[in-house]
Amino acid sequence: MTTSDQHIDELMDQYPPKPEYLIGLLQDIQDQQGYISYGAMLLASEHTKVPLSQAYSVATFYQSFRLDPPGEHEIKVCLGTACHLNGGQQLVDGLSRKLQIEPGETTDDMMFTLSTVNCVGACAIAPVAVVDENYHAGATMQKLEREMRKVIDLSSDKIMGEPNA
Amino acid sequence: MPRLNTPEELECFRQKILSGRDPDKPCISICAGAGCIACGANEVIEAFALAIKDQGLSAKIDTRGTGCPGFCEQGPVVVIYPEKICYLGVTARDVPEIVSQTILKKKIIERLVFKDPATGAVAVHEPDISFYKAQERTLLCNNIKIDSRSIDDYLAVGGYMALAKALGSMTDVQVLEEVKKSNLRGRGGAGFPAGRKWEGSRNAKEAIKYVIVNADEGDPGAFMDRALLEGNPHSILEGLILGGYAIASHEGYFYVRQEYPLAVENIKLAIEQARDYGLLGKNILGSGFDFEVIVHKGAGAFVCGESTALMTSLEGRAGEPRPKYIRSNLRGLWNRPSVLNNVETWANVPHIINRGAEWFNGVGTDSSKGTKIFSLVGKIRNTGLVEVPMGMSLRDIIYEIGGGIPQGKKFKAVQTGGPSGGCIPEELLDLQVGFDELTKAGSMMGSGGMIVLDEDTCMVDVARYFINFLTDESCGKCVPCREGLRQMDKILTNIVEGRGKDGDLELLEELSETAVEASLCALGKSAPNPFLSTLRYFRDEYEAHIRDKRCPALSCKELIAFYIDPGKCRACGICLKKCPVTAIDGDKEKIHIIDQEKCTNCGTCFEVCPAKFTAVIKTSGAPVPAPIAQEKRMIIKKAPKKAQKKADQNE
Repeated sequence: MTTSDQHIDELMDQYPPKPEYLIGLLQDIQDQQGYISYGAMLLASEHTKVPLSQAYSVATFYQSFRLDPPGEHEIKVCLGTACHLNGGQQLVDGLSRKLQIEPGETTDDMMFTLSTVNCVGACAIAPVAVVDENYHAGATMQKLEREMRKVIDLSSDKIMGEPNA
Repeated sequence: MPRLNTPEELECFRQKILSGRDPDKPCISICAGAGCIACGANEVIEAFALAIKDQGLSAKIDTRGTGCPGFCEQGPVVVIYPEKICYLGVTARDVPEIVSQTILKKKIIERLVFKDPATGAVAVHEPDISFYKAQERTLLCNNIKIDSRSIDDYLAVGGYMALAKALGSMTDVQVLEEVKKSNLRGRGGAGFPAGRKWEGSRNAKEAIKYVIVNADEGDPGAFMDRALLEGNPHSILEGLILGGYAIASHEGYFYVRQEYPLAVENIKLAIEQARDYGLLGKNILGSGFDFEVIVHKGAGAFVCGESTALMTSLEGRAGEPRPKYIRSNLRGLWNRPSVLNNVETWANVPHIINRGAEWFNGVGTDSSKGTKIFSLVGKIRNTGLVEVPMGMSLRDIIYEIGGGIPQGKKFKAVQTGGPSGGCIPEELLDLQVGFDELTKAGSMMGSGGMIVLDEDTCMVDVARYFINFLTDESCGKCVPCREGLRQMDKILTNIVEGRGKDGDLELLEELSETAVEASLCALGKSAPNPFLSTLRYFRDEYEAHIRDKRCPALSCKELIAFYIDPGKCRACGICLKKCPVTAIDGDKEKIHIIDQEKCTNCGTCFEVCPAKFTAVIKTSGAPVPAPIAQEKRMIIKKAPKKAQKKADQNE
């Protein structure tokens, strides 16, 4: 048993083995591991007594589930109506060009995942982009490029800061 | 923590909280809603804590992080009590000055107060700000007054008084009757009378029944539920418990969208606190009534805002809607009677019980009672949440509260009701907001998104945006929605990209009719609305796109072109440097030219061209003028005398 399987075991203990807990369990797995691997899905489906095909149907029906590992940092661009009117799509285009990936994809170095979101509910300060859970009001390409450089620096500091790594 | 065993104990406890508080003691409320946090509210809160500690004032001043008061655009918002001084756009740097000047010396800091962008008038106190003045804030008014994470704060403003009243002196049927008499209609979209829905469940024979809060606020452009969930979670919880009591249900659910992490956190905390106080659980306030609540996080499917889809999702499956031959209040979650109402609907219930159905009926129009929160966003000066009595005209909301359209632009339309709603043009601006009024105009109340569009917005693109959104969000169960919307999206995309042809509009109308008639749920039935309403009021824009390949709003990327006016270009080089595809040719003192072959119409040059030149021109439907001849491109500057002399010498 791998360590990630053990983590999933611990998560599963919190949920009674019933089909209605499948979504909650998958959410917890994703929170912990960043995505839902095939193995994790198998364990979750067995635990909640849901056929694997149905678990897969649930995981692909809901937008928030991810079946591939994400990059180290996630940039989410809101495409709600207010953000759309204020240039949200231009941000997505700009980031796509900059990172050379389409929305939903991850850069080859696994540093950034670019995604879009329907509405984060911060419409008054549109356009909004969320970088690693931090909301950015009135986002522009310049601001986001600065933010991206900042998180890259933080990541490299972290690696350098761990002597045994 | 005290467990409150009777309504009297609750009242005593409330008095104890109030007597421990000095109403004259300065209190600084800092909005910690998502909008303000994005603008730096957390740093402001930290700075206040530090400044107060540094100046040794910890015992003399209270601070609290509150929910969203609605004026998100000007965030972070800080309100200082008891004077109600409202500071906007506060940064951490302003904080020491606020403490030393405003709190200690009672001096107003001019630069932080509200200035009306239209008239320039200054308003120091919250109620005087034009954005708030015309509002009637029944549900939102407590957001800035209470720490959203403190049940004691909620009790201090009269929280759980309605629950105590209901459990202490009203029968469950009386509570139901009061809600019925109030004519409260569901705030989530269709406006179904809440009392009638409740009554159906109440009269059902099954022993197990459910009450559910629909907090899956999926409409893009709407965030009023978020403000209530984050800012005043107890008010919704209290409404839910009252609903449970009225229909004899002992189990409630919060279905909260996962894109609102703070809302999930606050609602979970509120439930824990209420349980500790004995306001949830067994034998609430000694009445013998038991009630429990479970929080379920949504997983990002718009269709789950539909009641039956939400219930399917609660059961752990893909959230596909079910037929409603038998309504969900009789056969809902796990086929049991289930009352599902929107966040705002539940938040109204404690007020109705406290103040009575008659009070509620005194506000609003004949068919729509009470207040409604709208999220006023888009091309408008004062963006944010506004709560107004039903029946206020759109014009008053947009101009009196919203302050009109910024940058001197012209109003074009207001989109209400989210993706299922429609666009209302200028000639209907005097329309009163209400469920039936908006439906008659081809739009709908929806959950209360109000997106203002100005002359730069292309109505065909707006329709395409919503149809595209719904195409992605269609669950795929019924063909007219799954396939019909996909075709509509394709045709609308063709139109905005200049490939529209005669007959497209008729085909779109036909597809719309099929989706309206033959889809199972409200998502499919109302999906064509954005197209139908824009066609109804803005047919000329569609025709310009199709026939003249022209976008009148100069917004559709494929139908516009940029060129540089040689008479205005001063060869400053900014656009040349910023162009991401090096489509601009030019040099020092050499008029710049855009290579139309290379240009991707990203609009960067248009944005960066300095306002004093405005040399980059956007055009649509007309050929771009031929570039200026090479030999005429050098700018001959009138050089200053000294430089001229030097140049002459060099020659």
